[in-house]
Amino acid sequence: MRKFLGLVGVVALLAACETAPQDGANANASGDSSSTAQTLAPAAGSAQDFVVNVGDRVFFGFDQYNVNADARATLEKQAVWLKKFPGVTVTVEGHADERGTREYNLALGERRANAAKEYLVSLGVDAMRIKTISYGKERPVALGHNEAAWAQNRRSVTVVSVGAGS
Amino acid sequence: MKLAVRFLFVAALLFTTQAFAELRVDITQGRVEPMPLAVVEFTGETEQAALIGRQIAQVVSADLERSGLFRPIDPKAFIQKELSMTTLPRFGDWRILNAQALVQGHAVPTGNGELSIQFRLWDVSAEVQMVGLAYNTVEDNWRRVAHIIADTIYQRITGETGYFDTRVVYVAESGPANRRVKRLAIMDQDGAKHRFLTDGSDLVLTPRFSPTLQEITYLSYYKNTPRVYLFNIDTGRQSILGDFPGMTFAPRFSFDGTKVVMSMARDGNSDIYTMDIASRQTRRITNHSSIDTSPSFSPDGTQIAFNSDRGGAQQIYVMDSNGKNVRRISFGKGRYATPVWSPRGDLIAFTKMTGGKFYIGVMRTDGSGERLLADGYLVESPTWAPNGRVLMFYRETLRGEKKTTKLYSVDLTGYNEREVITPLEGSDPAWSPLIP
Repeated sequence: MRKFLGLVGVVALLAACETAPQDGANANASGDSSSTAQTLAPAAGSAQDFVVNVGDRVFFGFDQYNVNADARATLEKQAVWLKKFPGVTVTVEGHADERGTREYNLALGERRANAAKEYLVSLGVDAMRIKTISYGKERPVALGHNEAAWAQNRRSVTVVSVGAGS
Repeated sequence: MKLAVRFLFVAALLFTTQAFAELRVDITQGRVEPMPLAVVEFTGETEQAALIGRQIAQVVSADLERSGLFRPIDPKAFIQKELSMTTLPRFGDWRILNAQALVQGHAVPTGNGELSIQFRLWDVSAEVQMVGLAYNTVEDNWRRVAHIIADTIYQRITGETGYFDTRVVYVAESGPANRRVKRLAIMDQDGAKHRFLTDGSDLVLTPRFSPTLQEITYLSYYKNTPRVYLFNIDTGRQSILGDFPGMTFAPRFSFDGTKVVMSMARDGNSDIYTMDIASRQTRRITNHSSIDTSPSFSPDGTQIAFNSDRGGAQQIYVMDSNGKNVRRISFGKGRYATPVWSPRGDLIAFTKMTGGKFYIGVMRTDGSGERLLADGYLVESPTWAPNGRVLMFYRETLRGEKKTTKLYSVDLTGYNEREVITPLEGSDPAWSPLIP
């Protein structure tokens, strides 16, 4: 966790809307000692901890579902975290960009979610802890209509569904 | 939903003789010049009946105009202002306007809020009646009678079955793209009698009519679990179709209404299944590591067209309905998707993606004779009018960074494209069969 201290400023904002277990938060509490306001890092094992300190999403090429090197690096961090917090279950969401037909994109999102899940399982995460769901092109995060936006939308997102501060 | 239209007397109105030179629009030969026709305000025995008569004439005229095959003449140009149902029209007055066909009608209250709606279709140059019919109906049902009259005229003049007495179910959309609210909605083919079927609390996609018109099959994300559902239009009841371990999607009824064909995803892979609605027996039709989706039965039920990337990219394939004899039929440039079999059985409508654009097109069932009918930033989800002459689809249009999503219809010539007006944005249209 130490090497992520540079992100604490962001963490404080995100954590503000989290009702995280305080004992977990204290373990990671850092913040700027010269500041009067005490900011808390996300509770270890929380959904916020996962998003900020691990990275919840990986990206795919156009009409692709293979897990590339960047995606593998993120999924490997996810696997380490998931093994550290065995009480956590996740849902991997698969998404597609808007440049495809609806039904095919639902199938493609399913493939992407499953590809991410399979890589996590290959790294030793229990498959029973991972659900998948495809949203096809229904839930973009980037709202533009250009390659930069589409690239952000061709993604799988690992969503912590049951947190456990163990 | 049960709309009683009783035929009081069929072709019982006088003046009937068979014309020697039939007034006819041949719609099988590509683009045709719209036929000039005059639709005169229907008269009424009472003030209320006359009001309904005027509205019926407007709906008949609008239906025929939208087909692109008829050009209703502006009533302001009419020379003969009043026509009686019991005397011949002054044909010379209509020939001056170049009207080739003339439609007149009359509404007579018959008690208990019911009307007898009479109409005649005249061949102006031959000076003969082509149709003389009367319909008995409850007053509230006048719109359906108007569509039935328009269908009768369309059929008499083109020789093809009409499609105006139909409905459309679609997905009404609102809100920003990342929090889009989608609701099932239903309306008459001309946009009238619009109503929402779901409240938007669950994401819903790809509704399709059963041939009986009483049910819709669609995809719902109810409880964040995407599955195929049935929606009963009469009762408003929604029920899940089957108990599948993975996402079911891309549902479509067989033409006889006994089965739904759909995709199920398992461990990331999508294959095609059928479910018999009465017995709930499921049958796996494809078993392939590729994406197999967007299945569509042929009208005779013997074959299924579907979308697969088994050759590397999305293409259209056809197989026997037991999954055997799979053959690829799309070989043009680009990717092909969403095959939908025409109710006539002769064509398959599709979405094509090439060169950064999307197209709606049709091809014969062996893949030959490809014709593109519409294009855009994104167009997809073609659906056939029951006579197989007109398609509806949705289009996403970009203006700067703003995207709009709307429904359109286009006929097989590709020349007569019309926006279908809906209260909100709309996608995933599905055209009903003719209302029985």
